Amino acid sequence: MKRGPENLGGQPRANGCSFSKHGAGGGLKNGYVRGSAGADTHSQIHRIVHNGGLYKRPFNEAFEETPMLVAVLTYVGYGVLTLFGYLRDFLRYWKIEKCHHATDREEQLDFVPLYQDFENFYTRNLYMRIRDSWNRPICSVPGARVDMMERVSHDYNWTFKYTGKVIKDVINMGSYNYLGYTQNTGPFSEAASKVLSQYGVGVCSTRQEMGNLDKHEELETLVARFLGVESAMAYGMGFATNSMNIPALVGKGCLILSDELNHASLVLGARLSGATIRIFKHNNMQSLEKLLKDAIVYGQPRTHRPWKKILIVVEGVYSMEGSIVRLPEVIALKKKYKSYLYLDEAHSIGALGPSGRGVVDYFGLNPEDVDVMMGTFTKSFGAAGGYIGGKKELIDYLRVHSHSAVYATSLSPPVVEQIIASIKCIMGEDGTTIGKQRIQQLSENTRYFRRRLKEMGFIIYGNEDSPIIPLMLYMPAKIGAFGREMLKRHIAVVVVGFPATPIIESRARFCLSAAHTKEILDIALKELDEVGDLLQIKYSRHRLVPLLDRPFDETTYEETED
Amino acid sequence: MAASMGQQWVLVEMVQAFYEAPTYHLILEGILILWIIRLLFSKTYKLQERSDLTPKEKEELIEEWQPEPLVPPVSKDHPALNYNVVSGPPSHKITVNGKECINFASFNFLGLLDNERVKNAAQASLSKYGVGTCGPRGFYGTFDVHLELEERLAKFMRTEEAIIYSYGFATIASAIPAYSKRGDIVFVDEAACFAIQKGLQASRSNIKFFKHNDMADLERLLKEQEIEDQKNPRKARVTRRFIVVEGLYVNTGDVCHLPELVKLKYKYKVRIFLEESLSFGVLGEHGRGVTEHFGIKMDDIDLISANMENSLASIGGFCCGRSFVIDHQRLSGQGYCFSASLPPLLAAAAIEALNIMEENPGIFHVLQQKCKKMHTALKGIPGLRVIGQSLSPALHLQLEESTGTRDSDMRLLKEIVDYCMNRGIALTQARYLDKEEKYLPLPSIRVVVTVEQTDLELDKAASLIREAAESVLN
Ligand SMILES: Cc1ncc(COP(=O)(O)O)c(C=O)c1O
Ligand SMILES: Cc1ncc(COP(=O)(O)O)c(C=O)c1O
Repeated sequence: MKRGPENLGGQPRANGCSFSKHGAGGGLKNGYVRGSAGADTHSQIHRIVHNGGLYKRPFNEAFEETPMLVAVLTYVGYGVLTLFGYLRDFLRYWKIEKCHHATDREEQLDFVPLYQDFENFYTRNLYMRIRDSWNRPICSVPGARVDMMERVSHDYNWTFKYTGKVIKDVINMGSYNYLGYTQNTGPFSEAASKVLSQYGVGVCSTRQEMGNLDKHEELETLVARFLGVESAMAYGMGFATNSMNIPALVGKGCLILSDELNHASLVLGARLSGATIRIFKHNNMQSLEKLLKDAIVYGQPRTHRPWKKILIVVEGVYSMEGSIVRLPEVIALKKKYKSYLYLDEAHSIGALGPSGRGVVDYFGLNPEDVDVMMGTFTKSFGAAGGYIGGKKELIDYLRVHSHSAVYATSLSPPVVEQIIASIKCIMGEDGTTIGKQRIQQLSENTRYFRRRLKEMGFIIYGNEDSPIIPLMLYMPAKIGAFGREMLKRHIAVVVVGFPATPIIESRARFCLSAAHTKEILDIALKELDEVGDLLQIKYSRHRLVPLLDRPFDETTYEETED
Repeated sequence: MAASMGQQWVLVEMVQAFYEAPTYHLILEGILILWIIRLLFSKTYKLQERSDLTPKEKEELIEEWQPEPLVPPVSKDHPALNYNVVSGPPSHKITVNGKECINFASFNFLGLLDNERVKNAAQASLSKYGVGTCGPRGFYGTFDVHLELEERLAKFMRTEEAIIYSYGFATIASAIPAYSKRGDIVFVDEAACFAIQKGLQASRSNIKFFKHNDMADLERLLKEQEIEDQKNPRKARVTRRFIVVEGLYVNTGDVCHLPELVKLKYKYKVRIFLEESLSFGVLGEHGRGVTEHFGIKMDDIDLISANMENSLASIGGFCCGRSFVIDHQRLSGQGYCFSASLPPLLAAAAIEALNIMEENPGIFHVLQQKCKKMHTALKGIPGLRVIGQSLSPALHLQLEESTGTRDSDMRLLKEIVDYCMNRGIALTQARYLDKEEKYLPLPSIRVVVTVEQTDLELDKAASLIREAAESVLN
């Protein structure tokens, strides 16, 4: 569906309004047609004004619609690839084409096959063609520039050989190094090095048994102070922070309302919790409100018993869309409907807000309005792990009931020290203004890079302040071509396609960093300009329709229950 | 991202079901689909419409609804709330709550946690790569160190391929659902650890528990399934079966009966997944784990998983096996694909730890001797029962007689732990989530033996525990 730019604050407008004037796409997104939702305009205008007042700053988020011709060509592309896939599978079956993939042991051929053949069709026939764009090994700090190991394939990407050569100083637009804290010199790694000499790397026990080090407590106090919450707890892995703590918070008889684009770890945590899960349209407050209202009015399915509690799960910045959560509206809804809010700040902590405190800081909101502040240390802090912050009761409860605290090894001490040092730097407690400067630099880089890409005519998704910048490629053939062409020009980019994105919305993704200098960005932009012409991916027709048109279908109602 | 991946695979399964359905089914379904399309276009179709409520009534319902608090309050003196605080490294000599102790609680079996060589390797890596990787393996988070560690682990375990995860818990918990899907059947030991339980839950497969280490009970379940399969051969042809066991059970200190399991595997055509977090670097002449201990061929086990947080004293975990099996996780292991990769310095530490293990195979024998010694010394303490085999470096001490409630049992054991801790021996109770465990183990003190503990210290610990038991239990 066409997603127009939205401008809240300056010229207040709500999302999801449907002064429905369907564009050329004719309601086409992700391959299926949705009905138009052009119903009661009146109440929506009301909402617009209301919501506009919630924002203290302009909220510019644009999703240019997919040009019709591109959409059609993309489908045709997939069609051709699929046909070829079948043809090649046929040839492989008759042993005309050489079969590269591994097979089960002779002794186990009469077992039920480990994989369904269909599962592998996509991997074998589509992914394999462009596999060289992923898992590229690097051999240096993942800073603004990075050294990569050269590899070649002589069998169409089925296997890779390392030539032993190193591709030096590739511009790194792929790592989540938002504030540039991944460094191998300077105060951060020196601090980590000192702790490493003293503590070693492992812990060999869990927090509840013998793995609660003084370093962990120091970190947690600091994180709580940084976030502006009463208390915090840190865990060894961001993914597991979600998947092992959500089940401690909700269970049977509870309802989780989850954004459709939530990260796999949030989805897994929600599933493991046993709660009922309903999905709302990405960042669509109308959809969320409808689910909230229905949930309270109708209660649980069949029994109509009231829900025990409702947990809204959203992310700060969405890593594939570059969008920023409409937090002021989410908080207003959560208060109105007495539900709880779980905010995953994996990509926003450090990267957003005037003092780097994430999306809450960005909108100038009160951290107390978010019940569960979750985030990871993997990105802005250049370390590993995750945290949850919130009220003291919440954290006390997690200290007792979190799956991580009881069953998983605690954080490695040198990693903890890296986090402590980088948070202190962001807060200015190291006595320098480096932290402030980096936040400033990142935000300038983001605006600059986005503006330039737009001017060149690329279709760029997301919020103007999001350091994640998706550049739309659409066609499957362009994924591999773009990745290779950019590497040839010594620029490392991330490209993603199905199943990480909707099937026609393949894209490249840039992650900006405070470590990028203007000079580096200009080199990257120059090359991008050329590659854009070469591959003809400057799709934008600059039709930023001023109306918002993200209708959602009233009858769409997804529910997962296990 | 990729939240929709789950749904995509459901789609795949649907297509697959489509292939297998009989013709009349397809015709019937075709008619149904046409009917649904008609319904959709006839515009009379409304889901969830209950127009018997006026907007005002709805408002009232919303007004009235009172949710439960996000979390119930936790009492200030909850036994699990107030953690021990370790100042300084959690190594052989450990400072717990300000008291210096000998460590009998951390899984640092080979004493590699404060090994200078390991630390130096990590330092070298730190000064080359920094700390974090800032990306998942797919997106520039693959470092040469990761490739080296995977290769080394594969070689050490004598398998084709290994894959590393950045978190021990996530390893088996991601590996199981990568293979076992809805409708598949998993036979699993009742004493399986929590990570296995979570992996099984994520897989949504059919789970059948057999009694702990009871091969007859497992065979009974397998036979039942065989009969079931004969009734429905079409379904049986696509239902994958797995046995999931631990090499050395962390909850009981027992070794699995691997030779019998392998026989059952071929007899009933079930694949075996083996979780070796406790046995890797402990059992076998070269520390390769329970396969080496029993002299079983690696190829007979479909997948071995272990963490690098015990013997290797680093962080993370790995799976190994044939490429046919392992490679699949690189696109389907959730904790692998959707999480940042292991910090290089931790990978470098694990490589150095492997070097040390390869250079000193004698170390495993030493550990075994100490385990035996401790096992013998702890036997026969009045009021306490030793759980676990004598070759296990983690033993459980349970109360011989329960006092009636779990809470009061825990309190008694805590007194014993505190008694020892005050006198220089650091112990811990085994911690579980009472409401989450499928089969909650009895309360116990877990005593961990490491190669660094001298005979003198072992004796001291054993006699102190005896003393504590006598003073607390009488
Ligand atoms: C929203 C979100 N949550 C959690 C994670 C997982 O964090 P980690 O890489 O630390 O495991 C990610 C990482 O990609 C993420 O994007
Ligand atoms: C090849 C590959 N690697 C890794 C990922 C993980 O992405 P993320 O950075 O959001 O965790 C994906 C996403 O689907 C992928 O396709």
